[in-house]
Amino acid sequence: MKYYRSHILVSVDPVCVEKGAYEILDRLQDELVGQGLIDEIQVLETSRIGENEDAPDIMVYPEGIHYVNLTLNDIPYLVTEHFLKGRVVPKFTARAEKPVEAELRAPTAKEVRNVLRNCGVINPENIEDYIAENGYLALGKVLSEMSPDDVIQEILNSGLRGRGGAGFPTGKKWGFARASKNDVKFLICNADEGDPGAFMNRHVLESDPHSVIEGMIIAAYAIGCKQGYIYCRAEYPIAIKTLNIAIGQARNMGLLGNNILGSDFSFDLEVRMGAGAFVCGEETALMASIEGYRGEPRPRPPFPANSGLWGKPTNINNVETYANVPQIILNGAAWFSSVGTENCKGTKTFALAGDVNNTGLIEVPFGITLREIVYDVGQGIKNGKKFKAIQTGGPAGGCLSEASLDLAVDYETLTKAGSIMGSGGMIVMDEETCMVDIARFFMEFTQDESCGKCTPCRVGTKQLLDILKRICDGKGIPQDLDMLELLSVEIKETSLCGLGQGAPNPVLTNLRNFRQEFETHIYDKKCPAKVCKALIRYTILPDICTGCTVCARNCPVLCISGERRQPHVIDSDLCIRCGICAQVCNFNAIEVS
Amino acid sequence: MTVKTIDQALILETVQEAVECIGNSRSELIPILSQVNDKLGYLPEEALEEVSKQLNVPKSRVFSVATFYNMLITKPRGKHIVQFCESAPCHVAGGRDVWKALQESLGIKSGETTLDGNFSLVTTSCLGVCGVGPVIIIDDEIFGNLEPNKIPEILDRYR
Repeated sequence: MKYYRSHILVSVDPVCVEKGAYEILDRLQDELVGQGLIDEIQVLETSRIGENEDAPDIMVYPEGIHYVNLTLNDIPYLVTEHFLKGRVVPKFTARAEKPVEAELRAPTAKEVRNVLRNCGVINPENIEDYIAENGYLALGKVLSEMSPDDVIQEILNSGLRGRGGAGFPTGKKWGFARASKNDVKFLICNADEGDPGAFMNRHVLESDPHSVIEGMIIAAYAIGCKQGYIYCRAEYPIAIKTLNIAIGQARNMGLLGNNILGSDFSFDLEVRMGAGAFVCGEETALMASIEGYRGEPRPRPPFPANSGLWGKPTNINNVETYANVPQIILNGAAWFSSVGTENCKGTKTFALAGDVNNTGLIEVPFGITLREIVYDVGQGIKNGKKFKAIQTGGPAGGCLSEASLDLAVDYETLTKAGSIMGSGGMIVMDEETCMVDIARFFMEFTQDESCGKCTPCRVGTKQLLDILKRICDGKGIPQDLDMLELLSVEIKETSLCGLGQGAPNPVLTNLRNFRQEFETHIYDKKCPAKVCKALIRYTILPDICTGCTVCARNCPVLCISGERRQPHVIDSDLCIRCGICAQVCNFNAIEVS
Repeated sequence: MTVKTIDQALILETVQEAVECIGNSRSELIPILSQVNDKLGYLPEEALEEVSKQLNVPKSRVFSVATFYNMLITKPRGKHIVQFCESAPCHVAGGRDVWKALQESLGIKSGETTLDGNFSLVTTSCLGVCGVGPVIIIDDEIFGNLEPNKIPEILDRYR
């Protein structure tokens, strides 16, 4: 094979071609020949590199420099400067600042990007971009140098734990599936990222699908699977499209299909789409859905490693777990486990949402504190308000208060604090959030998403919701808190799957961390955060009111009275607490209490 | 009656096309129902019966699957589907007022269709664009960073 010291990739997508990409390519060749560099530098065609307005553009490797808006006259100078003299030509380089992507900003000091390293850097629809970033090198290493047992041992040594939420050691799981005796085994990637507020997996699938595919091929080799499925939720159409493109390209290159990379190992992948059911993220429900049934969970054991999809041994991992695999193989278990806490190695992606300044996707090492996540990575609470709670783990997680902010994030500490790691959604809430309302809100969600198969979850969550609604409506009775706790514990202990077992968590943690707020709702009939409509009153401050009549004219139920230029009065019995008067008042004369 | 026969033919044709394109294995039930749902806007009873025949699975199972998944619809809906993301990040970011504004502007409640058949209002689970909540999605277009006062103008684009 011939080696070149440098490669020039010329973008020849339709936009660039129309703007003269092939002329640029010819001129580059001519100029390299003319300057005697053609044996050292290779010119290749590639698809889209930058944005439309960059065309025509080229990418120079190994430096990774992007030259944009080139004209034919620029080429001789560019070749002389960059390839002969070795100096980058700043005036042709891409704008230093890429358009800020709302979801993934430049990392802050406390972040470490492993899983997200390629996101926003490579073109997800071009497999060569991924290969240029050492993609599929791990697969090559596995197939040529490692036995399946070596692979499992390496993953065990790394300490990688399932990123879907349960945190089960990945190497152990693979070991079980490998030990399971059967000619047919299946591999599944759980991309049914249903937790509200979690979008890490979507982002990885949309911007670096090959890292997941490569991780799956390696897992399949270690376990002995010939067929794999990626189960992706239908709410993610772009992720599904990108995945299908990526799988097609991998197949064309012999990275999927029969005799991968010339070895005797064969494996293929298929994308399966959900149809909108939260419970399908649960592994047994997910498999029922792939088989074409209602996505209802079934009791375990038997575990999927023994009897999973179509009754065959099945290994199922989350998107992020697979995306970690190629790098562990390439850089070694020791590299991976150098970051993190004693029990949790590596990094974790989170989707930071809610009342924090810097929302979006983050990747942080295990062991970082919640305070660092909120104030350093998230850059504090919006509009200078006060922090009240952080919700982790999605609808089966819990809200942690200020007192928990210095906890180091890993599976065990979050569980001890009453919440869970979950898949990685984090919602920050400020002082204007009512914790009773939040508990009610999450219960509404799980109640709606309960598949109805087992009674504790189907009926129990409904009862919890009714009690919480009653408290929010100002009709709570003193026994309600005990009843909430009793019911929650029963539901946790007797539900069939993780959805039901986790459903009472938001209620229990909110009761534990914000009990006083529940009591204020019940005994004082007040909502301190001024959220629960039934418990708040609007009054007009007579000293400030100018009698401009704006509120009276806008009130939908005409419950505001008063003479022009005289202070007005709200009739609380008629008021529906819509808040319009407070919105329209120009003098801030409406007080909410 | 003529209208119904045309419908009937279209339904059968759509199911036939989906089965040919995806395959007639029982495990393809959900992809087939999804495709028919997309093409027809919902799953009429005749479509479910035809799928049951073609795949040789009991009608009860086809019906149980069609009613389980949120994205499979068994009742006709309006021309434009307005979906409001009801998940926590949108809720925390002021989703409640947006939801109220949607219901007021359209004059309908969740799950209903406007009298002129132009809009149906439904809620959806998390769309994963939580960085820009509150979010609604009309047909295939997502609108983020919403405030109640933006709603009427956005809806007008679809009138």
